[in-house]
Amino acid sequence: MTLSDLNTPDIDVDLLIIGGGLVGSVLAVALENTPIKTCIIDKGEDIDLSDADFDGRAFAISASNKNLLAAIGLWPVLEKDASPILEIRVSDGPSLLALHFDHKDVGDQPMGIMLENRHLRCALRDRLSSSQRARVLAPASVEALVNAPGGVQISLVDGRVVRAQLVVGADGRGSQTRAQAGIKLTRWPYPQTGIVCTVRHQRMHMNIAHERFLPSGPFAILPLTGDALGVQNRSSIVWTERADLAHVILDLDEDAFRSELMRRFGDFLGNIEIIGSRYAYPLSLQFAERFVDNRLALVGDAAHGMHPIAGQGLNMGLKDVATLAQVLAETYRLGLDIGGSQALSQYAKWRRFDHAAMLLATDMLNRLFSNDIAPVRIARDVGLAAVNAFPPIKNLFMRHAMGVSGDVPKLLRGQPL
Amino acid sequence: MTQQSCDPTEQNTSPQPTSGTVAKDEIARFAKISDQWWNTEGKFRALHELNPLRTKFIRDHIARHFKRDPLEERPLRGLRVLDIGCGGGLLAEPMSRLGAHVTGIDAGATSISIARSHATLMGLQIDYRHYSPELLANDGEIFDVVLAMEVVEHVADLSEFLSISSALIQPKGAFFLSTLNRTLKSLALAKLAAEYILRWVPAGTHDWRKFQKPSELAAYLRPLDVHVQDLKGMTYSPMADTWCLSDDLGVNYIMYANRSL
Repeated sequence: MTLSDLNTPDIDVDLLIIGGGLVGSVLAVALENTPIKTCIIDKGEDIDLSDADFDGRAFAISASNKNLLAAIGLWPVLEKDASPILEIRVSDGPSLLALHFDHKDVGDQPMGIMLENRHLRCALRDRLSSSQRARVLAPASVEALVNAPGGVQISLVDGRVVRAQLVVGADGRGSQTRAQAGIKLTRWPYPQTGIVCTVRHQRMHMNIAHERFLPSGPFAILPLTGDALGVQNRSSIVWTERADLAHVILDLDEDAFRSELMRRFGDFLGNIEIIGSRYAYPLSLQFAERFVDNRLALVGDAAHGMHPIAGQGLNMGLKDVATLAQVLAETYRLGLDIGGSQALSQYAKWRRFDHAAMLLATDMLNRLFSNDIAPVRIARDVGLAAVNAFPPIKNLFMRHAMGVSGDVPKLLRGQPL
Repeated sequence: MTQQSCDPTEQNTSPQPTSGTVAKDEIARFAKISDQWWNTEGKFRALHELNPLRTKFIRDHIARHFKRDPLEERPLRGLRVLDIGCGGGLLAEPMSRLGAHVTGIDAGATSISIARSHATLMGLQIDYRHYSPELLANDGEIFDVVLAMEVVEHVADLSEFLSISSALIQPKGAFFLSTLNRTLKSLALAKLAAEYILRWVPAGTHDWRKFQKPSELAAYLRPLDVHVQDLKGMTYSPMADTWCLSDDLGVNYIMYANRSL
């Protein structure tokens, strides 16, 4: 392809976002009050996301990402469906030693917020459908990307041509955008599967999250808002299981699945009942060898995928978005090239440390806790006890998990761009 | 891009676009040589790193002076901006994207060619000329804003340069200058370290004796009815590997002045 083959674009924007999932959509919404014009293209059909056959997935959103949602104006819509996490109780299998994190130790903000996938998606879809600056093309997919004067020209499969100064790959773990740019991926699969479902329980959860380190992997109980009755009686379960056992468990009938779940859950919330579907996710650690390329930036799972042990996957993606949005807004408002190497390396440099630290930490946590070897168990119990005994260390962990330390992008501090 | 070069010494090797229909093979050909000025990791790396900083200083002062919102889409719209010593167009391009009608002049014919082809690559309309401030003054041209970034340390006759440049500013217009201070610190950092040790800029780029103290520049400008309004240092922080605006004027500094009449 040569420059003379370039067509007049049908759509001329500043930024093209490939992938209209949570991370890509939040980026478009975050840029709405800047002069940057965006376009999202997404493969998906326009499904009815508020369908009653509900999607049981939920996310623990960190305090700093709650600030992001507030700064971009989504929080008022989401608030009624958000369940704050006020305490986290971490226990190590049968051992009595446990870590206890209370939000009151570090301030008056909750440790995090539980939000269901369907509520986030509905809020984003409604917001984008009335947006002046962002347009959504779906279903649509990319056929080819070529460099064009001052930007990139993207041909879509349906024949339309989009021109943009920068392309953002927000197309998930199996990112085509990343593959087409020739960016290598380092990937280590874990011999574990994540089982996700939602339960209704007899007693109230009191907004306490529980994380248990069982020999096959972490098991988390995360407080959701109540059902129609309004009591705090629903929780989201993230259950890590050995991959070979997981498919056996997933195939069990309703009663057998429930009793396997009860064995791990316990009876402290009374009887439990499973509502909605069971989901299974093979787990892996993966990261792109670089997050930027010529007029391309990767965000979210396209850049990095980690173990869900600390519930940081979406949180890291949203931090990518907050960082990239700030770099792009500042670059654009200085009249500089938003797809230029200077802006892109600023983004990559800003995120590099956080990515590396988080990938390492989640991987080590999983390796440390997903076994039942006696010396390791004793060592980690001593470690847990030590962390508990020294408030400054514990607070540092908490502040990092809450995302409030370091050189924090404006949106994560709740400030507008 | 309708302006033809008026300099008879300029060879016909540079593109002479007369309309938006620039030959596409020219774009591809000139994309290659633009690398020198536009390679952010190359010889002009330090300038690229300074660029967002000085652009912000300029944008914010112009916005305040002309009563615009600096964060809106094109805060410099409608303003005529002259970039003296524009080089490859590192500053002229952002000024153009911010909405200004930009004229860029440079003594180097090659730089002007590079600036032209890069602007075409970026889809920007900038009037680049291989020209001097004297010739512009003879033509009776006048601008709302005049920029002379990293230029005064290279001119032969500073007093002459400043009086001609000042005459190109509209009454109540703005003048921006940036240069290097003549201090022991600038001798150590900007001259010896940057040229010979870190090799940020080619050796021999600067003659330290031509560096100006801010007070000396202000003294040249005052009789020309041009008065300094703001002065900031541009300092490098080695730990963070970033440049920032500061009150340390010891090495690089940037000045904003107004012409009163």
